[in-house]
Amino acid sequence: MVIITVDMEKCQNYGQCCFEADDVFALNGDGQLEYVKEADESRRADIESAADICPMQAITVDKK
Amino acid sequence: MAASVVVVGAGLGGLRAAESLRAAGFEGAITVVGDEPSMPYNRPPLSKEALSAGVHVAELEFRRKPSVADVNWQLGSQVISSDLAARTLTLADGTQLAFDGLVIASGIRPRRLPIPGPETGRHVLRTAHDAMNVRNYLTPGRSAVIMGAGFIGCEVAATARGLGSEVHVVAIDEQPMIRPLGAELGLGMRSRHLKHGVDFHLGRTVREFLGGDHVTSVLLDDGTELPASVVIEAVGSVCNVEWLQGNGLDLTDGVLVDQGMVVHSEVPIVAVGDVARHPNSLFGNIPRRIEHWNMPTETGRRAGASLAALLRGEQPDQGPFSAMPAFWSDQYHYKLQSFGMPGIATSIQIVDGSADDACIVEYCDDTGLVGVVGVDRTAELAPYRKQLLDR
Repeated sequence: MVIITVDMEKCQNYGQCCFEADDVFALNGDGQLEYVKEADESRRADIESAADICPMQAITVDKK
Repeated sequence: MAASVVVVGAGLGGLRAAESLRAAGFEGAITVVGDEPSMPYNRPPLSKEALSAGVHVAELEFRRKPSVADVNWQLGSQVISSDLAARTLTLADGTQLAFDGLVIASGIRPRRLPIPGPETGRHVLRTAHDAMNVRNYLTPGRSAVIMGAGFIGCEVAATARGLGSEVHVVAIDEQPMIRPLGAELGLGMRSRHLKHGVDFHLGRTVREFLGGDHVTSVLLDDGTELPASVVIEAVGSVCNVEWLQGNGLDLTDGVLVDQGMVVHSEVPIVAVGDVARHPNSLFGNIPRRIEHWNMPTETGRRAGASLAALLRGEQPDQGPFSAMPAFWSDQYHYKLQSFGMPGIATSIQIVDGSADDACIVEYCDDTGLVGVVGVDRTAELAPYRKQLLDR
């Protein structure tokens, strides 16, 4: 499994991650980031892309 | 012996290129040469939260993928010349560095204008070191003169006001950020800055810095004299390409590359990030440099894959490069976000809201939508981004 952590103190809700992995990251109706904390290993590449492209570098991707 | 790659430039583009080489299966030695003493770190906070709260470069470092753990980081050293045909680089201390494949990730530096007067007290903002120097001056009651009303100038203005400094912005432009945003939204941003107490001197240039050893005031072309504890010069950038001269490369405005970020050469060379003048199939494949934060990652990914292929003796992917340029800016509590290339538009329309409030602005040329900017409307830009991707 891929473990996803977003530092919500750093996150500025730019939503760049949503374009890389829209099954993991989404902005809600108030424009606030929501995300799933675990994803299948097959989603790793897109989730790492999301972490790479986060302007605030708020996303951490780990292994379980 | 396995092939080796040298990456010139230890910023985001250099890091992403190294990671992408590994992801593409390149197993040879990678050396990254960087002129700053630090590992690759995130620069945008240097004009915003890091400038405000204090600069701790270790906190700004990018996380590096495990695949680049064996990279040799040669930091605090500068490449001064190159003989690409011989595949060698010369460092400032005279050492030579040989390579089989080269990544040009040397980026840009702030442009400096030749203006008479004292040099001390004049600062630029590109590196963590620059930000630390500037930070010392931004205290209540002191006056900061910012030259340039682009994103960096405006972000520093907002941060400096937050720290209690008196702020003057001097720029030749009619409105702040006019080139990327257009006049109407530029005016809207100006009114936000005015509300926060920034003093603008637009359509003006600096004639002279006044003072003894240290700048104490700035004389404008109309005779106005502005008090200055510090001058921050944010008047554009220059490409770091001098080390590539004499090799027959096209170095007019950065390094010209093809859609795979490959430099036209007998030797395997790619370029990435701010310094790479690359085509983008979303915008007519006209080679352009795009100094947006996401481009080093996008070009770095492509370049690493191309270089790995070249070093295997294979043809790199010839498919179009179609990454979406994106930028962000925080000024006070306002959030700007953009997709596409608003700066190339020939017509601009506010489609929702108003320029001095939350709004969405469409930028078009004769081919249709080329860019979108939202102020405090981030979540609503996705459909515009999709429309731009479908161009």
